Amino acid sequence: MTAVVEVRELRKSYGDTVAVRDVSLTVQRGEIFGIIGPNGAGKTTTVECIEGLRTPDRGQIRVLGLDPGRDHGELRQRMGVQLQDSQLPERLRVGEALRLFSSFYRAPVDWRALMELLGLTPKERTKFGKLSGGQRQRLSIALALVGNPEVVVLDELTTGLDPQARRDTWTLIEGVRDRGATIVLVTHFMEEAEWLCDRVAVIDSGRIVALDSPAALAAASDAPLRITFRPAAPLDDALLTALPEVTSLERRRGEVVVTGTGNVVTAVTSALASRGIVAGQLRVEQASLEDAFITLTAQR
Amino acid sequence: MPTASAPARPQALPAGTPEPATLRLAATELTLFIREQIGPIWGLGLPVVLLVIFGSIPSFHHARESLGGQNLLDTYMPVLVALALALLGLSALPSILASYRERGILRRMSTTPIGPQRVLGAQLAIHLGMAIIATALVLGVGRTAYGAALPRQPAMYALVWLLAAVALLALGLLIAAIAPGPRVAQGIGSAIFFPLMFFAGLWVPIPTMPDVLRSVSGWTPLGAAVQSLSAATAGHGLDPVRLLVLAGYGLAFGTAAARLFRWE
Repeated sequence: MTAVVEVRELRKSYGDTVAVRDVSLTVQRGEIFGIIGPNGAGKTTTVECIEGLRTPDRGQIRVLGLDPGRDHGELRQRMGVQLQDSQLPERLRVGEALRLFSSFYRAPVDWRALMELLGLTPKERTKFGKLSGGQRQRLSIALALVGNPEVVVLDELTTGLDPQARRDTWTLIEGVRDRGATIVLVTHFMEEAEWLCDRVAVIDSGRIVALDSPAALAAASDAPLRITFRPAAPLDDALLTALPEVTSLERRRGEVVVTGTGNVVTAVTSALASRGIVAGQLRVEQASLEDAFITLTAQR
Repeated sequence: MPTASAPARPQALPAGTPEPATLRLAATELTLFIREQIGPIWGLGLPVVLLVIFGSIPSFHHARESLGGQNLLDTYMPVLVALALALLGLSALPSILASYRERGILRRMSTTPIGPQRVLGAQLAIHLGMAIIATALVLGVGRTAYGAALPRQPAMYALVWLLAAVALLALGLLIAAIAPGPRVAQGIGSAIFFPLMFFAGLWVPIPTMPDVLRSVSGWTPLGAAVQSLSAATAGHGLDPVRLLVLAGYGLAFGTAAARLFRWE
């Protein structure tokens, strides 16, 4: 595997505020790499240093073997960027924007095909000022991809999109990766990181507090399992609370919610079976990346 | 992790046609400039409309002792040219650039191979081009419709014009550099516009100004420009001090703008 993005001991402060204290990470070719963290954790500053928009105070960054500060001319040809909240001129039309950005690159993709892929073709002649939030977001993704980049940095990819458009965008990004691009993604949607990212760096207060696959991060967090069901017959709480695996039990709208650790699922189901109580609509919720995230960023 | 139900993966996108970026950028910026209407209406329209009004007033065609034997129309011709430069440089340019910065457009451009410098370059070229068209319109319409005098020293006229255009566009850049947004830029531009146009003789022609005002006028960018343009039109010798004043303003504004301008 080849490293496409290498960040070593990055540090960046604005005046007295240290935005990034110490961040090191390596993104491999063909990877979708997520950066998550609370607001103000230093996510955007980190990617802005990768994009060459900011000069690090300390540390080293290589993108495709290039220094974003020194070799920005070459790097900008090969890197696609979506900024968090950048706009376009109010009266610029969708088609004009795509054609303009496509002219910046040596080997662009066909902007009309890209416009079609992002569902923007009906809006080709619509001015930026008249686009909805979701349409603006899709245009900004299209502009990041039009140069056929080898590495794409996306900051808040699906913010402002409705659930369907979000899913479509994820599929699109996977497609871009499948064609060989490497993707660095800043997000605050855990679901997005869980679905898309091969690996995730959790940043908090300017430091990486965890870096692994979403599944491994979730498994490592000792968040409890949650079992929810609707008992078919009256149930005495004590039957379950007496079990050593069960940590708590509560009732919500006729449903019983049991939380516990270890073998709690087997323990609860066999206890219910022993009394002949059928557990209707049984659901087991496992620890998610979100649980892991909350655990990781809460311990300060 | 959820799977399936995902629509078919997009196929590889076809390659696009490379285009010369600078040309496409200039064409796009020009389209936007025209679509925005403010630049063309004020920068081109207002000077020509004033010319038509002035040219239609009979008394503007009478030679006057107080104007050194000139008529009022010929006196106003360079003032209208200065007006076009002032409207483009002080009003159109700074508000466009300040809005580009406020909207993060210059920053977005920093992440592309084109860079924000070329956007700035395209804007300056467009404003310069508009100023040339406005000047040609004022001179052309003035000459053909109202018999106004054309410059007797065209080369000197062009040199003065260029120095004045550079000074005004550089001042526009400086305003864009210090203004946080387009509204403030517009405000600063207007605040500078009125005194500059006063000393250019828009309300009181320079030759009829009291001595004190006239000498102050010669030290302002547009006053120096109008005095020199008038001299080049009449075929009188140019005052080199006025040219130095113009060049000095261009240099000072340009340097300050280059130091202070931020892309974000």
